[in-house]
Amino acid sequence: MAVRFLPPLLMLLAAVAAYFLFPYNLAFLTRIVIMVVLVLSLDLVLGFAGIATLGQAAMYGAGAYAAGLFAIHVWADPVAGLVAGALAGAVLAALSGAVLMRTQGLTLIMLTIAVAQICAEIANRARGVTGGADGLRGIRPGKVLGVWEFDFIGITGYWYALAVMLLVFAVLAILGRSPFGLSLRGIHESPARMEAIGVSVYRRRLAAYTLGGGIAGIAGALTAQITQLVSLETFSFSLSAEALIMLILGGTGRLYGAVLGTVIFMAVHHVAAANDPFNWLFVIGALVLAVVFFLPAGIAHLPTSLKRLSKGGRHAGS
Amino acid sequence: MQGLEVRGLSKRFGGLVVSENIDFDLPPGARKALIGPNGAGKSTFANLVTGILSPSGGTIRFDGQDVAGLNEAQRVKRGIAKTFQITTLFPRLTVRENLRLPVLEREGQGTRMFRRASGNAEIEAEVTALIDQFDLGPLADRPVLDLAYGQQRLVEMALSLALKPRLLILDEPAAGVPSSETHLIIEAIERLPDDLAVLVIEHDMDLVFRVARSIVVLVQGRILTEGTPEEIANNAQVRELYLGGAHG
Repeated sequence: MAVRFLPPLLMLLAAVAAYFLFPYNLAFLTRIVIMVVLVLSLDLVLGFAGIATLGQAAMYGAGAYAAGLFAIHVWADPVAGLVAGALAGAVLAALSGAVLMRTQGLTLIMLTIAVAQICAEIANRARGVTGGADGLRGIRPGKVLGVWEFDFIGITGYWYALAVMLLVFAVLAILGRSPFGLSLRGIHESPARMEAIGVSVYRRRLAAYTLGGGIAGIAGALTAQITQLVSLETFSFSLSAEALIMLILGGTGRLYGAVLGTVIFMAVHHVAAANDPFNWLFVIGALVLAVVFFLPAGIAHLPTSLKRLSKGGRHAGS
Repeated sequence: MQGLEVRGLSKRFGGLVVSENIDFDLPPGARKALIGPNGAGKSTFANLVTGILSPSGGTIRFDGQDVAGLNEAQRVKRGIAKTFQITTLFPRLTVRENLRLPVLEREGQGTRMFRRASGNAEIEAEVTALIDQFDLGPLADRPVLDLAYGQQRLVEMALSLALKPRLLILDEPAAGVPSSETHLIIEAIERLPDDLAVLVIEHDMDLVFRVARSIVVLVQGRILTEGTPEEIANNAQVRELYLGGAHG
């Protein structure tokens, strides 16, 4: 039983330690935490349910714009803004998913990219509302829970994002063990068998996609509130692709993989880009290659792999 | 009328007739086998009954109700289940999880998000009973992909039985199973509930003659004849066409 609480405790400790170790890098740490939320949403959609997507940024961007506009025009309360962002992400996922979840494989991937591109183009054209290519400015979120004001060093932002991330993580951890979570893993393993035991795979996948969209929307809302700016980049293909690489790096379907992958990717990116602004991508590429070859199940699988290795058992890839 | 009643069932793929004017009854507790050469339309017939394919003509009634318009998932809810000819399990889930899934779905709990999948004592008891019924106890917490093929076929059967069907179609339950393990499959079929209607589609004649009380012979989409195992074994037409005298 005690072992069960060890990983979440370690995660919390690492987050607190990071705050004290890198007090001048809070903005960067906060970006990592927000990215973790996005990658967690992808883990629900891709890692649990096996829905292949390269367009998770669509819901992220929708959440960011929704939270930004909500703060400017309706109410500056950050938590209400999170709800607005989550709703926007979920609604976009439900609407696009109603069509997308009928497809699979490459078709699905292409369509998810298309949805994100369409969203970016709409945001670009609707200059009067979104600020177009200049980005959405003038977001002034109020105090968090009416107590903590956002400061320019980013102390509030960091703890706020961290709290939201841990909450999302906890919800997904509960979801992963639930009958719904088990059914998503079932769909991932064999959609045909799920139909044969009386499940509408389409509806179950749509539910997962919508939920994932809501969480991506929360990540977007966090960005909007903490950076107080939303740009068209929130919809970008590279964001979706990087989130996917982070998830694969860490390992899909196990939540901690999403956390580890994001932290490692962004830390390596940060250090490599600072040391060599031109060739940092090479380092990332080598890292991904190494993981795919030696730890195909992701970095979060390392302890299990080592255990198998020491037992002399064969390395089980998947 | 209880059980399955099929009348004048036909299925065409374009100009190709794969099922033609099939009449077929399967009352509760029946143990029927469907045999016939490759391409006779056995699997097509099974897929028509379970709703994977829709018929070109004829009626399918189950417990007095027309089910021809229902899809696969809806027919499962009515009590029609089928095992897969090619083992179709959840390979990376454990045996227990594989069996938990259909029980949860049958009980309508599959969309619950905020309780543990393993948290319902009644469901767990039922899963354990299924594991015991198929002698899978020592393997219960192993991923299915670690199991031998014969054992996987047992999980395949247990998975369908977990839906508490009233009609169970076993599509080549012993396909790919080494002959040394066929007896496991036969024993499992013999232990199925007495009131369950069972239709076995199978090439392995030992298995068919062991478990079936009635055999239907399908040739080129039509029913050639129906009878007890003894009648079928002595039917000259069947022996010539299909058995080649091997079981005379």
